This record gives sequence, C-alpha cells and structure tokens, in this order.
Amino acid sequence: MGKSLYEKVWESHAIRTLPNGQTQLFIDTHLIHEVTSPQAFGMLRDLGLKVRYPERTFATVDHIVPTHSLLEPFEDPQADEMIRQLRKNVQEFGITFFDVTSGQQGIVHVIGPEQGITQPGMTIACGDSHTSTHGAFGAIAFGIGTTQVRDVLATQTMAVSKLKVRRINVNGKLQPGVYAKDVILHIIRTLGVNGGLGYAYEYGGSVFERFSMEERMTVCNMSIEGGARIGYVNPDQTTFDYLKGRPYAPKGAAWDEAVARWKALASDPDAHYDDVVNIQGEDIPPTVTWGINPGQGCAISDRVPDPAQYPEAQRASLEEALAHMKLRPGQPIKGVKVNVAFLGSCTNGRLSDFREAAKYLKGRKVAPGVRAIAVPGSQQVAKACEEEGIADIFREAGFEWRGAGCSMCLAMNPDRLVGDELCASSSNRNFKGRQGSPLGRTVLMSPVMVVAAAITGEISDAREVFGVGERVGA
Amino acid sequence: MLEPIRQVTGRAVYVPGDDIDTDRITPARYLKVVTFDGLGEALFYDERFNPDGSEKPHPLNDPRFKGARIMLVGANFGCGSSREHSPQAIYRAGFRALIGQSFAEIFFGNATTLSLACVSAAKEDILALAQAIAQDPSLEVTVDVERLEVRYRDRSFPVNLPPTAQKALVEGRWDPIADLLEAGELIDQAAARLAKAVRS
Ligand code: SF4
Repeated sequence: MGKSLYEKVWESHAIRTLPNGQTQLFIDTHLIHEVTSPQAFGMLRDLGLKVRYPERTFATVDHIVPTHSLLEPFEDPQADEMIRQLRKNVQEFGITFFDVTSGQQGIVHVIGPEQGITQPGMTIACGDSHTSTHGAFGAIAFGIGTTQVRDVLATQTMAVSKLKVRRINVNGKLQPGVYAKDVILHIIRTLGVNGGLGYAYEYGGSVFERFSMEERMTVCNMSIEGGARIGYVNPDQTTFDYLKGRPYAPKGAAWDEAVARWKALASDPDAHYDDVVNIQGEDIPPTVTWGINPGQGCAISDRVPDPAQYPEAQRASLEEALAHMKLRPGQPIKGVKVNVAFLGSCTNGRLSDFREAAKYLKGRKVAPGVRAIAVPGSQQVAKACEEEGIADIFREAGFEWRGAGCSMCLAMNPDRLVGDELCASSSNRNFKGRQGSPLGRTVLMSPVMVVAAAITGEISDAREVFGVGERVGA
Repeated sequence: MLEPIRQVTGRAVYVPGDDIDTDRITPARYLKVVTFDGLGEALFYDERFNPDGSEKPHPLNDPRFKGARIMLVGANFGCGSSREHSPQAIYRAGFRALIGQSFAEIFFGNATTLSLACVSAAKEDILALAQAIAQDPSLEVTVDVERLEVRYRDRSFPVNLPPTAQKALVEGRWDPIADLLEAGELIDQAAARLAKAVRS
C-alpha cells in the first residue's frame, strides 16, 4: 500500500514521540503576523529563550493595517502599538519582515506563495487558521495558537497529533460561471462545518488538476471552514511553473533537485486514505451563504431554508441564522438587498481574482447606495492591478481601490460594516460580528458574484447579469 | 513540572448553541492587544452586551452563575480562527473545564496548552446536567480528567478526551515547551537535513 503526501511529509519531519504520545514535528517554515505573535515573543522573553532559527521565520503585517493610508502613526493607537511591537520583535530576534514600506507586504497567506517561501513538502506553521492555504503547494500547513507560535520560535518544532486523511475528488468539469470558491463552499456545505474534524483534506481529481495555483489556494484556504485544519493538493507541473523564478524558490541545480524531490512527495497512486469523497464538478452551482457559518449555503437559484420543514433538533440553529440575517424562511436568496460589496481577503484577494472580476466590471457602475471596496491581498497584487489597468476599472466603476491587507474580512482596521449592513463578500467567514459590526450580515460568494452584487445592489446570479459564457481558467 | 490537572470541581454554567465560533467568543476588536491580560472581560462580549453597553440576557450575565468554573457547551465549539485569545478569555474569566459535544481542533489544542480541560460528552448527558444546574445553580460539578467522568449529586456520565491530552493534563505536561526543548540535538539534525526557503 502506498503513502499519501501527508504521510511522507509527516515521516520526514517527525523528530520523536513526546511523553504524552504526541509527535514532536519539525517546522520548516514559520510565518508570523502582528496579531498572534506579540504574546509569543513576550513568553519567549519571560522564559529567557531565543528564536532558534530566525532564518526560518518570516513576518508580515496584515490584519490591522489601514488600507486607506499608511501614514504613521496609524490613527488607531492600538493598531499603531501592534506594528511597533512587531518591528521591535523582528529586529531584536533577526527575523525577515515584509514591512509596509517593502513593496512586498500583504496578507500572510498571499505573500508566502508570492515570494516562493511556500514550497512543496514543507511543514509550515502560522498563528492563523487559514494557514491551510499553503497546502495548495503540497505543503503540510498548520494554523496554530500563540503558545505554539512560541514553541516554534523557541524550538522550530511543535507537539502535534497525527490526523487521518480524507481524499476529496472533484472530477468532470465545472459549469461556466462556477469558480474555485463555489467548489469549496459546496464541499463545506456537503460535508459540514465540522465534517473535517480529525482529518487532513487531500483535494484531487481532474478539476483540481486543471486548477491554477491561485484556484487551489482558494480551496485549501477554506479547509478550516470545513473543520479540517489541513488541506492540500499534490504538487505537479502547475505548482513548479508557479514557483520557478520566485525570490525564495531554489535556483539553478538546486531547482532541478528540488523538483525531483517534490515529484516524489506526491501521494502514491495506491496511497491509503481513511476516507474518500467523490464530487462531480458538473453538480456544483454558483454557491452563496445565507446563514452565520460557512456551511449554511445554497445555490444562487435556491431559497433559504424554512425551519418548519426541518427536524426539530435543527430548527433552533436555522432560526437563529435567519433571524440574524433578517431573512424570511423560504425566501429566494437572489434579490436580497446588499449595502456593501467587499472584494479581497486571503481567500480571493489575488491577481486572478481581480482580473476575473474586472473582466465583468469593465464599463459598469456600482449601484447607487452600495459601498464597494476592493482590497488587494498584497502590495504586489496591487501593483500588478495598477499595471494591468485593473485598478482603474474598479475605480471607474465606483469601487474604492485600497491598499493591501485583511481589511473588512475581519475588520481589525477601520474598514467595517455599520449596524446591520449586509455585505456581499469574497472572504471566508460569515460569523456573526465578523465584519466589525455585531449586527452586520455577511454573504460569502465568489469575486465575480461580488461584482454582480455590487452593480445590481442585490444578491444576483452573475451568469444572468453578465451572460457568462465559457469561463476563463480551468 | 506543572500543576497536574486531575479533576476540576466547581459550579457550572450552560452556554447553549452549536458551532460557536471564536469571533463570538472573542470579537476581533479585542485582539488589538499585545498581551492576554484583561481578556476575560471580552468573553462573549457581543453576545452579552448591546452596542450601547446594556446587558443582553446571557447565561454569563446571570448572577446565579457568577463564579462558575465549568462551562457546558454544544457541538464544534471554538470553530473558526486560531486565536488563542478565545481560550485565554475563557480561562481568565475563571473557567477551568469545558464539557461539550465536540470542539474545533485548534481551539482544543490551544485550550489544553493552557490547562483548560475540554472533555466531550453525549448531548443527552450535557442537557441533563444543564437542566440540573438550571434548577440548582449552586450544584457542585466535578470533571474528573483522570477517570474520564463527570459527577454531580449522585449521578455521573462518561466523557472523552484524547489520551495525549489526558496524559498532558494529568501528568502536568500541558505546556509542552520543556519537553520540546529536551529534543536538543535532534532538532539541529532535522534543521540540517530539511529544506528552508532562502532568497537567492
Ligand atoms: S484575510 Fe481574513 S481570513 Fe485571511 S488572514 Fe486576513 S483576517 Fe484572516
């Protein structure tokens, strides 16, 4: 019986069994940001410890950065204190930092791949649950808590228990107007928000084989929304083509060696999986959420559920979600009024997302009364969008074109919902209060659907709005 | 050696609901801090208070449950972000054990590392206990980490805890840093062998 990539990477990185039975796993690459690292550095100092391999840690600032102006000090004194702390910590411990002045700053899960820091077969850790994103490269990437950030800083290892592996095949073809975002929303809806507990998700099948790296990242990103801490795709030619020539990717002879090593890491054809799920690409509709967790979704053509038609045990949570979302039982999701449109985040804030959205936005206008914000995932994405004229398309349409950061994905900077505003969002979480207002409402969808919502002022089927034909990409 | 967590005894409070995410446990605006001090006050803030600061009906606002050390919760508790701020807030609000149907993985790991025991139990057992504390908020409840059971009055029910977490708690190894540091040279050997990203 062959081995999965997860198994192979685990074996090569396991250092020893700890007294409680967990494995001490070596972490090749550690990514940090301003929100979950300051306390870890504090703990390190309290214990009198150093950063063991500073060259294996990379820092960025993303959650709290204002996207309208980088003038310092930041208007928000707490945010300002956080960036100062980070600067102090990286300087004291000798860590590479993609600061706001570097031209390379951005959301940690956007810049890791962009810089070529994320590589196949690596173990990667970051104090952020969407670290699963890096699995798109065939890395085993863990979201960790702050005490574990301390562990990785101090020892470049952490204590972990081995997961089971579920292979998720998506075969066939996606219909026009269906995107990677729809694929993962569909998977979460099918398997449930806690369906992935105890599992690493290995995504494969012909849809994933045709997907670009950025599409793979969108899916792996939201593994955690399905309860799976880890999600990955086996490395292939698409992976290597993406990485080649990036600043931190191996060069020359080292590149060829690396590619040979990476190829051997992919799951064996007869690999053992603890579970296998098969999904047909043709069955996946453009998907939007209607509730307060990412599994509460439906096809754009569907109606939101009517709790009365569900078993007693499920009603309370459906009713809570509908009440928060201010939706009537059984009403069509299409046509719900939108106040805000947000395009960005580590799920859908990459160049291909803006390119695809701009194709349809070009020459159109944001509906009156809708506040539309486009936030590139990194300064490099922002730069490319300027160069390609994409930023102008957004501006001319009436979007606010912002600087790089997490922004309204979680509203730790000044970008946030007000009152019970409803936001069509390309981000990953629709939890109550997620976008900065306790009463705020979030509807998750693909970037093209966000643009459709922005210009119509309501949740819309992008295929109808734009007459979407053959989709670009996979 | 850290303090072994063999059992947690105290009063309990029931916070109902499934899929309670970390944004609800600790809203993101409370993450703009460089220490974890004072996070106890952020616990379930938007669930407990209206935007104008007035109280909403919430079990944690109910004076009868003040001082509870054990929290009863539903399924998939702590899903969402990896923010350790959530278990930190729960711990700093005085809780030492959670009894739930299930816990999200990162939350569970973060909590265990703080010595906050998260045991899982059958829904009926949790609901029965919730009913008992609703009738008698002063009820003393024991979460026995060693024997994997919860006891109250003359009743008890079994709970689950992965053996690794149980061992870590009972043997006072819940913070793994000492064990990790012990690996010493093994770490250096791995570092010499395994790839790293280098700018070239
Ligand atoms: S974009 Fe959103 S989900 Fe991604 S790292 Fe930032 S806050 Fe987290």
